[in-house]
Amino acid sequence: MTTTTYPVRDSATMLRRNLKRMRRYPSMTVLLAGMPVVFLLLFVYVFGGTLGAGLGGPAGGRAEYLTYVVPGILLMAIAAAAQGTAISVAMDMTEGIIARFRTMAIARSSVLTGHVLGSVIQSMLSLGIVLVVAVALGFRSSAGVLNWAAAIGVLAMTAFALVWFSVALGLVSKSVETASNLPMPLTLLPLLGSGFVPTSSMPAGLRQFAEYQPFTPIIETLRGLLTGSPHGADALAAIAWCAGIAVVGYLWARKLYTRVPTQ
Amino acid sequence: MSTSHAPAIRATGLRKSFGTHVVLDGIDLTVERGTVFALLGPNGAGKTTTVQILSTLISADAGDVRVADHDLATEPDAVRAAIGVTGQFSAVDALLTGAENLLLMADLHHLDRKQGRIRARDLLERFDLVEAAGKPVATYSGGMRRRLDLAMGLVGSPRIVFLDEPTAGLDPRSRQTMWQIVRDLVADGVTIFLTTQYLDEADHLADRIAVLDHGTLVAEGTAAELKRLIPGGHVSLQLANADALGAAALAFGEAAVNADQLTIQVPCESSTTALRALLDRIDAAAVAVDTLSVHSPDLDDVFLALTDRPGERASTAPPASTATRIKETLR
Repeated sequence: MTTTTYPVRDSATMLRRNLKRMRRYPSMTVLLAGMPVVFLLLFVYVFGGTLGAGLGGPAGGRAEYLTYVVPGILLMAIAAAAQGTAISVAMDMTEGIIARFRTMAIARSSVLTGHVLGSVIQSMLSLGIVLVVAVALGFRSSAGVLNWAAAIGVLAMTAFALVWFSVALGLVSKSVETASNLPMPLTLLPLLGSGFVPTSSMPAGLRQFAEYQPFTPIIETLRGLLTGSPHGADALAAIAWCAGIAVVGYLWARKLYTRVPTQ
Repeated sequence: MSTSHAPAIRATGLRKSFGTHVVLDGIDLTVERGTVFALLGPNGAGKTTTVQILSTLISADAGDVRVADHDLATEPDAVRAAIGVTGQFSAVDALLTGAENLLLMADLHHLDRKQGRIRARDLLERFDLVEAAGKPVATYSGGMRRRLDLAMGLVGSPRIVFLDEPTAGLDPRSRQTMWQIVRDLVADGVTIFLTTQYLDEADHLADRIAVLDHGTLVAEGTAAELKRLIPGGHVSLQLANADALGAAALAFGEAAVNADQLTIQVPCESSTTALRALLDRIDAAAVAVDTLSVHSPDLDDVFLALTDRPGERASTAPPASTATRIKETLR
């Protein structure tokens, strides 16, 4: 009787399971992309004229604000997808199928890896939807292929980090409702950073928070890549934050998953 | 498959507490290969905890357990490879179809694509789920879910199957179907460990029954052995009126009289000789008996006597008496 485990094979099986669930409920992906799209429309068409004028660029106005706000909206899309991850992990935990997986001779990590990979794919799909809407609204980037590739890399890296973190949030939640509320602050973080207005326009205390919170360097890196003026220090800070969040999320999730369930 | 004749499950001194609440207080049990073992007990007795420990879901605080001849603590994956588990709460993916659930299990058991498909189709046929195979499980009835749940536990052809209250909440027909499935499994040489609070279920299916109460086993044996613990049966006589009741009470001094219902209960074996003797006594005493019903001891009597709990856990003292007494007589 063999007891060898197959982490890669089991993770691939779990990923297929999650993709199937996603395909069965495409409305979930659409819903996750819907929130950032609504914010995009709201900020560009309702606030965009005024906010754009405040940016102080040569052109000013709505078109310039669209270029400014897209990175923040993209991060919001990732945060929304991460919220979806927490919900689906918590749903799994309440449904009892995880108990079945635990009593099977499969690689323990595969359940979580499957969720993470599936959610990263879902985030990328959601980001694609948001970008298409942005382009339809008139968003144009001066970035070349290399910068685009780097931007996609930053987005994937951010999604990977936030998804691991929200897997832990999903595991720590006792109910699906809690799981849907816990990651909510993540969705609002781009607002309290450089996502929607320059941090220099904020009052002192808030500005300090905005400048040192993880989303700001990520947004600045994206903005730099998309407008063709990448900034090395921001990129390093973004990588460090993502690595940190991913490691903390992974270790926390692994600890929560392997702990002995109590009745 | 191992060729040794070690029992399918052997547990000694199994203990488990959640915080200060002692759930299992030193349990010993042995399940021979190819038999059905039923763990019987009221709600909260520790049945599910026992299954969770034996199926590697949670760890015990103390005790030695070997399942399928592997040590539970040091070789959990070897144990997992030999068992199938169907829990009290359905462990199916409601968003996938029935067939997809089974194929998922096949993939996780590392069957190749073709083997997996054959196995899934066989199980769908065997569990009468062919028509529903392509529908999402969310649309299934309770009985269908339970059958799929069990089928998923069998994809890996386990030698030992754990069923935690497999028929709780099922209608009588679904229950019969489930019982037949269990019998078929046993016919194939599979060992079944099942928990139930239905006495007739244990009576119908199990080779051996253990009664769990307050975290300890208060009795263990075959259904017949357990029934023998409750001495004798009785005959209940329905009398026509209060006079007849009085006369009957005089004639049968050892009887329990219920004046409100005009009945008396006379201790009596359910054999024809004993009944004839009783009828002769009724004739001799010239008592007007309306109806008579024979009550032979069943597992309900055993269960109620063994899991006797005066004051419904109001006191923390161990359940007095009956259980202890009977346990002592057993030894």
